[in-house]
Amino acid sequence: MLLIRRFEEKVNEKFLAGDIPGFVHLYIGEEATAVGVCSALTRADYITSTHRGHGHTIAKGADVKRCMAELYGRKTGYCKGKGGSMHIADFGVGMLGANGVVGGGINLAAGAALAVQLRKAKEVAVCFFGDGASNRGTFHEGLNMAAVWKLPVVFVCENNQWASTTPLHEATAVTDISQRATSYAIPGVMVDGNDVFAVYEAAQQAVERARQGEGPTLLECKTYRIKGHFVGDPEQYRTREEVMAQMEERDPIKKLLERILADELLTEEQLREIERKVEQDVAEAVRFAEESPFPDPEEAFEDLYVEGEADHA
Amino acid sequence: MRNISFSDATLEAMQEEMRRDERVFIMGEDIASQGGIFGQFKGLPKEFGLERVRDTPISETAIVGAGIGASLAGAVPVIDMHFADFIGVAMDEVLNQMAKIRYMFGGQATLPLVLRAPDGVTRSAAAQHSQSLEAWFLHIPGLKVVIPSNPADAKGLLKAAIRDPNPVIYFEHKDLFRQKGPVPDGDYLTPIGKAAVVRQGDDVTIVSYSAMLGKVQKAAEILAEQHQINAEVIDLRTIVPMDLETVYTSVKKTKRLVIAHEAVKIGGVGGEIAAAVSENILEYLDGPIVRVGAAFTPVPFSPPLENRVIPQVEDVVNAVLTARW
Ligand SMILES: Cc1ncc(C[n+]2csc(CCOP(=O)(O)OP(=O)(O)O)c2C)c(N)n1
Repeated sequence: MLLIRRFEEKVNEKFLAGDIPGFVHLYIGEEATAVGVCSALTRADYITSTHRGHGHTIAKGADVKRCMAELYGRKTGYCKGKGGSMHIADFGVGMLGANGVVGGGINLAAGAALAVQLRKAKEVAVCFFGDGASNRGTFHEGLNMAAVWKLPVVFVCENNQWASTTPLHEATAVTDISQRATSYAIPGVMVDGNDVFAVYEAAQQAVERARQGEGPTLLECKTYRIKGHFVGDPEQYRTREEVMAQMEERDPIKKLLERILADELLTEEQLREIERKVEQDVAEAVRFAEESPFPDPEEAFEDLYVEGEADHA
Repeated sequence: MRNISFSDATLEAMQEEMRRDERVFIMGEDIASQGGIFGQFKGLPKEFGLERVRDTPISETAIVGAGIGASLAGAVPVIDMHFADFIGVAMDEVLNQMAKIRYMFGGQATLPLVLRAPDGVTRSAAAQHSQSLEAWFLHIPGLKVVIPSNPADAKGLLKAAIRDPNPVIYFEHKDLFRQKGPVPDGDYLTPIGKAAVVRQGDDVTIVSYSAMLGKVQKAAEILAEQHQINAEVIDLRTIVPMDLETVYTSVKKTKRLVIAHEAVKIGGVGGEIAAAVSENILEYLDGPIVRVGAAFTPVPFSPPLENRVIPQVEDVVNAVLTARW
């Protein structure tokens, strides 16, 4: 969680300095969701992500150096500089891609789960999406189809209360996204998305259910988007006070630290060590990205098609 | 060689590929229970089971999206769109996901997938069930688009599409499903990206594909008998990647070019071919490039109206006469 936080703080800084091109959507404040859910998964399980995908990618085990290099548009990035922040992916750890289309990843995860079911394997697919995405048709079609077919998939709605500038209640008739599970006859579970332990426990149950062939779960993680919709968002739609209050009461990292200290899970020294390691990793990621070359312009013409007529078998 | 229908040819392709590769599965609306609207899936559930021959809910977005996800996770989906017109319902999946996933992720993804899309005008199906939409996908990098005109290619191209590691849209004209033709025995593939010269001639090149090719062949006979014009006819077979070399070779010989398709002429594949020929080998032309295509209107219901807006044999004949001034 700390790695995601520090990574993104650095991305924020570097974006504002003009070193990172494109759009960047930060995940700050939501780290417990990605980490809680991905902790319940193995490397072989699949995830699909959203336009706010750095957290999911890192939580699934991707290398922060290559993530950073991708954000910088460098040749050494995961997508060789063709994807950027909104389209980050690491197929090597089962992270099947962030998605620039809201709700675009929901059925891709259902499909990955379908492939698993067809080959009678045990992996599970998880898709992350926002409360805004849950108003798209993809969500409703995907949940229904996955429920009918009992696909091994977990639908994780990260309800951060905002869809761009629109607050939840202005765009969504139900108060909790998890209520919608009723329509598809699957479990709808709601957790405090800023409590990594709670997320982990709920995710584990949902993942277990999926692995046992009992079908999908809709897991709603209630969280809050601390930063603007994108870096540079003037945020005229909400007050600073609202954000500060959320940060004060619900910051997932603060909550985790309190729990660690209260339960004596780690010593202060161990915590400092983690902090140092994280700072180091992020600094190294930035160095790696900045020292990496840009792709050769001719590389723009690579990777469109698998070349040749080779049978993919 | 056997004489079998276009529909049966595609069925054989499915059977052979599903036997050959257990990762291949098909899904779509009413394909298992009904065998497909054109009988193109008949008997498949019996041999391969309802897991691999899947009836889906009416959820085009989810069907195509899940097909993409399944492909990314190691399966080889063949998706039936019921009617090509319904691709519109899943357009995000086709243009933003399917077409871009490999590229956007720097080649990490491999996406073998076939989208079967019955297209074209047949029997007064009217505006929402009669479209030929291939030109849309010519404009989107990342997809392959094939479009057979006869049973042999229907089988060969479908098999090639299934074995291709890229996403392929397979248009199959509804009016061709019942048409019979010679189909080779055994395993064979029709290469994707290779046009076929189906009639040799010296006086004019006519490029066409899909059901329109039948009308073009009739036109070629009329031209030969009544006008002593010997047309060379090219069946494009693949829209993306397009085999322009075969077109150029022919045009260099005949010096004249007509392109005929059933899709709306404006913004169609014919415009692209015409532009490419004039950009690259204009000096060989002895006459204007003439395009034949449907009128700029949705396809109407009533038979005389329908016949009026889609191109007919005479339109091709007239186009050739125009191209020869
Ligand atoms: C289909 C589609 N419509 C609109 C957009 C523009 N857009 C990008 S993010 C966003 C808000 C999404 O909200 P939500 O799903 O709640 O996710 P969050 O940003 O809160 O993480 C919008 C409207 C888009 N990318 N895709």
